[in-house]
Amino acid sequence: MAGPAAPLPVEPAGGRAAGPPRPFVVPRSHASDVLFESLRTLSANLLTLAGFVITVILVATAVLVEVLPPITHTLLGHSWSILPYSPSTIGPGLNEAPSAQHWFGTDELGRDVLSRVVAALPLDLTIGIVITGLSILIGAGLGLIAGFWEEGRVGRSASAVILRVTDIFLAFPTLVLAIALTAIFGHSVDPLTAIVIALTVTWWPYYVRIVRGEVLVIKHQGYIHAGRIAGLSEGRILVRHVLRNLLEPLTVYATLDVGTVIVTFSTVAFVIPLPSTILEWGTMVSNYQSLLPGEWWLVMGPGLAIFVTVLGLSLLGDGLRDVLDPRTRRAFAKETESSFAPRPSASSGEASE
Amino acid sequence: MGRSLTDLAFFIGWRLLQLVPVVLGVVILMFLFTHLAVSDPCASWYPHARKAVLDECAQYYGFNQPLLTQFGRYIVGVAAGNWGTDSNGQAVFPAIVQSLPDTVELVLASLLVMIVFGIALGVIAAQFSGRWPDHLVRVFYLSGWAAPTYLVGILLAIFVAPALGLPTGGAFSEQTPPFPQPTHISVVDAILAGSPSGVLDAVSHLILPAISLAFLNLGIITRMTRSSMLEVLPLDFIKSARMKGIGETAVLYRHALRNSLITTTTILGFTASGLLASTVVVEEIFRWPGIGDYSFNAILDNNFSGLIGVTIVFAIAVVIANLVADILYGVIDPRVEWR
Repeated sequence: MAGPAAPLPVEPAGGRAAGPPRPFVVPRSHASDVLFESLRTLSANLLTLAGFVITVILVATAVLVEVLPPITHTLLGHSWSILPYSPSTIGPGLNEAPSAQHWFGTDELGRDVLSRVVAALPLDLTIGIVITGLSILIGAGLGLIAGFWEEGRVGRSASAVILRVTDIFLAFPTLVLAIALTAIFGHSVDPLTAIVIALTVTWWPYYVRIVRGEVLVIKHQGYIHAGRIAGLSEGRILVRHVLRNLLEPLTVYATLDVGTVIVTFSTVAFVIPLPSTILEWGTMVSNYQSLLPGEWWLVMGPGLAIFVTVLGLSLLGDGLRDVLDPRTRRAFAKETESSFAPRPSASSGEASE
Repeated sequence: MGRSLTDLAFFIGWRLLQLVPVVLGVVILMFLFTHLAVSDPCASWYPHARKAVLDECAQYYGFNQPLLTQFGRYIVGVAAGNWGTDSNGQAVFPAIVQSLPDTVELVLASLLVMIVFGIALGVIAAQFSGRWPDHLVRVFYLSGWAAPTYLVGILLAIFVAPALGLPTGGAFSEQTPPFPQPTHISVVDAILAGSPSGVLDAVSHLILPAISLAFLNLGIITRMTRSSMLEVLPLDFIKSARMKGIGETAVLYRHALRNSLITTTTILGFTASGLLASTVVVEEIFRWPGIGDYSFNAILDNNFSGLIGVTIVFAIAVVIANLVADILYGVIDPRVEWR
C-alpha cells in the first residue's frame, strides 16, 4: 500500500481517514439539504447525539408527567401517572436507602425520592425555557436597536444609553444579583415569581451584547447593501435579512443557556429555599443540613437530575453550534473528533462580541 | 500608546475612572430595587412590634422620608464610608471590610487550584489528543461543567471530608484562634503568629472550599489550554525545538505552554465574576467567614443596607479582576499595547 504522493492533500493534516473525497454536489433544495446535513452531523458526533437523546427523553418525561394524569382521568376515569409513587404521599419506610422498590430511596417522611425528583422536572425545565425566552425578547430587542440604528442623533444616543445600562448590569455577578433580587422581591410577590423576575432582570444584558455584536457584523454584509439598493424597506431588511441571520446564533446560545439558567435557578432555590409545597431540585438539596451521616441519596437524587439535564442541554447546544454554522457543517460531518465547547460561565463578566 | 510604564499607568487610571459610572449605576439600581420593593423594612425586622415602635424605627432609619431625600443621604454616606447599619445597629462598611480578605483568600486559593490542575490537565489532553487520557479529561471537565457549585460543595463535605478527615466549617478549628488576626487572611495570620500547627489548620480548612469553588471553571481552563496547545504544537518553532533535541517535557511546558497561556489568561479574568458570585454558596456550605457568608446573612436578616453594600463590593471586584487579567495579558504577550 504505497501512499500516492497526491499533489493536493485531500484530508486536512492530522485528520483521520474519512472515506473518499465527496464530489461537489449541487443541493436539490436548501431545506432538505440542511436537514440532511444536520442529521448527518448529529449522528457523526456521539456526544451531540447523546445530548440530543437526553434532551428528548427529558422533555418527553416532563410533558408526560404534566399531561398524562389529567388526560387519563378524563378518558379512563382514573388518573394514571408515569411516576412510580405520588410525590407527596407519605409512606411507611422513613429514610430508606435506595432499593428495588425505591430506586432513589425515601425521604424523612417516607416519600419516594425518585418520584419527587421526576415531578420537579417540568418546573425546572419550564423555568429554564421561560427565563431564556424572556431574556431573548428583552435583550435581543434592545441589542437589535443598539446595533442596527447606530446612525443619526436619536439612534446614537439611544444605543449609547442601552449599552451603558447593559454595562452596569454586566458589572454585577449574575448569581449575587439574582439571589439579592429574589430576597427583595420575595417581600412583594410569591417566591416563584420573585425568582423568575430576578433571574430575567439579571439575564437579558448578555443577549444585548451577543445580538448587537452579530447585528454589527450582519449589517455591513453585501446582501444588506444590495437589499437597500433594490429598494427594500428598512423594516423588511430588518426582519427578512438581519433577524433571519440572527436565528441560528441565538438558537445555539439559547440551548446552552437553558442549562445555565436551570443551574442558576436551582442555586438561588438552594440559597433561598422555596416553600415545601413546590418541588424543586435545588430546594431538595438545601435540606442536606438536616441529613444524618450516610443519608447520601437525598442529595444524590436531585443532584443527579440537575447534572443529567444540564449535561444533555450543553452537549446538544454545543453540537447545534456546529450543525447550524454552515462553515463548520460540512467539515464537521467528516470529522469524528468532536470539539465540545461549553460556553464560558454565563455568570462571567463579558460576553464576547 | 505603547508599552512603557507611563502607558500602563494611564491605562490603569483610565480603567479605574470608568469604575465611577458603573458603581454609581449599581448603587442607583440596588437602592431603587430595595426601596421600591420594601419601602419600610422595620415591619420585617420586628414582626411583633407595636405601631409606635415601628414608627420610631422608621424615624430612626429615615424610611418615612421621600425616596429622593433618602437616596441623597445614602449616596453622601457611601462616599464618606458610611454604608448604613443593619437592624442590630451594626455598621455595614466595617463588617464588609473585615470579611473581604477572607473571601479574597478563598478566591485566590481556588484560582491556584484552577491554574495548576486545569493547565496540567489541558496539557495532558493535548499531548494525548484523541486517545484515552484526552477522553478521560473531557469526561472530567464535562462533569465539572454540569455540576452546580452547591452540589460539588455538598458532595465534598459529606463524602470526601469524612474520608480524608478534612474539616468543613470555618477558617480555623476554633471560632477564634489563639493568635491575633490582623489581616483576616487565615494562612497569613497563622504565619505571622509563627504557629506551624495554625498554618496546617488554616490550610486544611481552605482545601475543600477552594476545590468546590475551582471545580466549575476548571473545565474551561482545561479546554482553553488544550485547544490553544493543539494550535501551537504543529508550528515550526516546536518542530525546531524538538530537532534541537530538547526533551518532550521541556518542549511541552517551556515552549508550547508558554505560548498557549495567552488565551488561558484572558479566560481567568472572564471567570473571576463567576468565582466571586459562587462564594455566596460555597461560604454558606463551609461556613467560611467571608463576604459571601455576610451576604447570605444579610439576605436572611433583611439587612438591605448590607445587601446593597455587598453588591457594590462585588461589582468593583469584577471590574478590578478584569483589569488585572488585562494587565497580565499584556505582561505575557509582548505584542499587546496598553490603550
